[in-house]
Amino acid sequence: MREDADMKDFKDIRKKFSMHVDLDAFIPATDEEKAYMVQMRPSSTFFRDGVKRLLKNKVATVSLIVIIVITLSSLIIPLFWPYAFGEQLGIQPGKPVDSSYGNLAPFQYGKTEQERIAAGEKIFPHIFGTDERGRDYFIRVIYGTRISLAVGFFASIIVLIIGMTIGSIAGYCGGAVDLVIMRIVDIIYSLPDMLMVILLASVLKKTLGTALEGTALEKIGTNIISLFIVFGVLYWVSMSRLIRGQILSLREQEYVLASRAAGAKGSWIIRKHLLPNSISVVIISTALQIPNAIFTESFLSFLGLGVNAPMPSLGSLASDALNGLSSYPYRMIIPAIVISLIVLSLNLFGDGLRDAFDPKLRN
Amino acid sequence: MSEHIEKNGEILVDVRHLKQYFNINVGWFKTKPLKAVDDVSFSIRRGETLGLVGESGCGKTTVGRSILHLYQPTAGEVVFNGRPIQNRSDIRELRKKATMVFQDPYSSLNPRMTVSDIIGEPLDIHKMYSNKKERMNHVLDLMDQVGLNSEHASRYAHEFSGGQRQRIGIARALALNPEFIVCDEPVSALDVSIQAQVINMFVELQEKMNLTYLFIAHDILVVRHISDRIAVMYLGKMVELADAAEIYDQPLHPYTRSLMSAVPQPDPKVAKANKRIILSGDIPSPLNAPSGCPFRTRCPNAAPCCAEAMPAFNEVKPGHFVACHRVNEL
Repeated sequence: MREDADMKDFKDIRKKFSMHVDLDAFIPATDEEKAYMVQMRPSSTFFRDGVKRLLKNKVATVSLIVIIVITLSSLIIPLFWPYAFGEQLGIQPGKPVDSSYGNLAPFQYGKTEQERIAAGEKIFPHIFGTDERGRDYFIRVIYGTRISLAVGFFASIIVLIIGMTIGSIAGYCGGAVDLVIMRIVDIIYSLPDMLMVILLASVLKKTLGTALEGTALEKIGTNIISLFIVFGVLYWVSMSRLIRGQILSLREQEYVLASRAAGAKGSWIIRKHLLPNSISVVIISTALQIPNAIFTESFLSFLGLGVNAPMPSLGSLASDALNGLSSYPYRMIIPAIVISLIVLSLNLFGDGLRDAFDPKLRN
Repeated sequence: MSEHIEKNGEILVDVRHLKQYFNINVGWFKTKPLKAVDDVSFSIRRGETLGLVGESGCGKTTVGRSILHLYQPTAGEVVFNGRPIQNRSDIRELRKKATMVFQDPYSSLNPRMTVSDIIGEPLDIHKMYSNKKERMNHVLDLMDQVGLNSEHASRYAHEFSGGQRQRIGIARALALNPEFIVCDEPVSALDVSIQAQVINMFVELQEKMNLTYLFIAHDILVVRHISDRIAVMYLGKMVELADAAEIYDQPLHPYTRSLMSAVPQPDPKVAKANKRIILSGDIPSPLNAPSGCPFRTRCPNAAPCCAEAMPAFNEVKPGHFVACHRVNEL
């Protein structure tokens, strides 16, 4: 009944105004039509948006695939490869040294292997040949990649943890605390870092050697541990500056004030509000830190301050290849290409991450 | 609205000689105090709404934040529920009973948190629940009270309109079942149509939960609609405090008069008859406040005595306080 009355009112109105406007276009929506208009949109999180944008970026996606392929192969291939990275193929217990295994070109075989092939056996090829001690070069490159990636990854994590803690404390506390921390950062920043790296690495190599004897860390090698310490001591500064800047701007936001008005303490505010909002910047700079660390490790290994022999890293492989550069140039080129590939794809991926996650670049 | 509050009702918030100075760097090693709030005293009765108006930078927001001890007051005392706020444990108790609604509904909600996390944050901080289900029920209950759909609980703040965001902010303020809420320009960032909805919601919530508001705004009509009493601030000092209707109809301080004359009138005839009092000059910097009465540099009635001493905040009529030397002459 009521609806009929409404309809009648409506028709009266229509008579009055029908000169200019076609009121048929303005009939009130029925409940069904209203229900049709309500659309439940799935809630999109910041992270999901970012991933979507990242996958749209072709360069970043290809870089990510390259990184994944390299990482997986460096982890999986050593599991089934018939040769070990330290195995000198020419040396077998109880037999004289077989010098035919040294300096094999790619896909060549040593003397005993050729005999076995002649006897009908199948021998796994030396894809990149062997080095001057008769070690399979392919597995050494793979193992070197594994070491380099691991150093880069863990060094970045150390930098991240130290930098994030100190940076967020400086940013949140402000005042005198901030002043003292930032002056320390300035001092570390002003040191010539390569000189410091070389000095620290060579000093720590001596002192750590005795301190680590007999512990589980000995296996990793003093050089790598001293590398981690060097990274931890020197490279946290840029990360902490970055985080401090973020925190300084974020802590003035009203939602932080709201949290304080609700009774939150400093650690709660840092954990719940400040760090989650600066996490994208943190991820991006960590991703860009990894190639930096890999590069530094390669460079130190090249100078002989890197990993302990016989463990290879990409830098020490390149360094070893320097002696026979004119005869066996591929031994230098292969690790160099792998380093370039890793560093380039990590850098491109880091740039893609920044484009996808930096809120200031969002459109 | 003032009918249901007795004139001598219980005082919930008593602010006594509150001062809030900020040290500002001038030059290399010198700092100078910026007197954001300078010797302000007033009290708010339980269940009352006190409107606080004044132009930008006059210290309205600072008063609100100092009362909640978000800034440590330089001097003065805040007595909440008969207990002076002195040490950390007092502040902790205050946090449960007094909260704040913010001006900007965009920056006052963390973009990385879902609505249920934002509203439930005060509950999390004070551990006010025993299990997740209890928390969720409480959050949904709060959302219902402010007119939000429970389906929105898992969404992020950026998915909402300004009015809905402000409702989220209000729900967060209500989470701990407070007695006193400082509303810091809660509607000035909203469209006029949404302003009305939100203000009506404030009124409904006040009746339902017996809340006490300090309602900060610069829109006099909004303040008049919601407030029982109105206080006017100028340059960190309170210049006038009276019942809403009285201050609107019979302002005594020259600054209040000029403010009231600037309120737009819907009736053109009335508007024509009213003479606007236009003040000359700008508000002085609080760093170099004038001597004596802060308003004397712009006051049409300034006399030599105004430069000498700060006028006292006197009760010239019952419940009507004014800080002006010449209030009886004019």
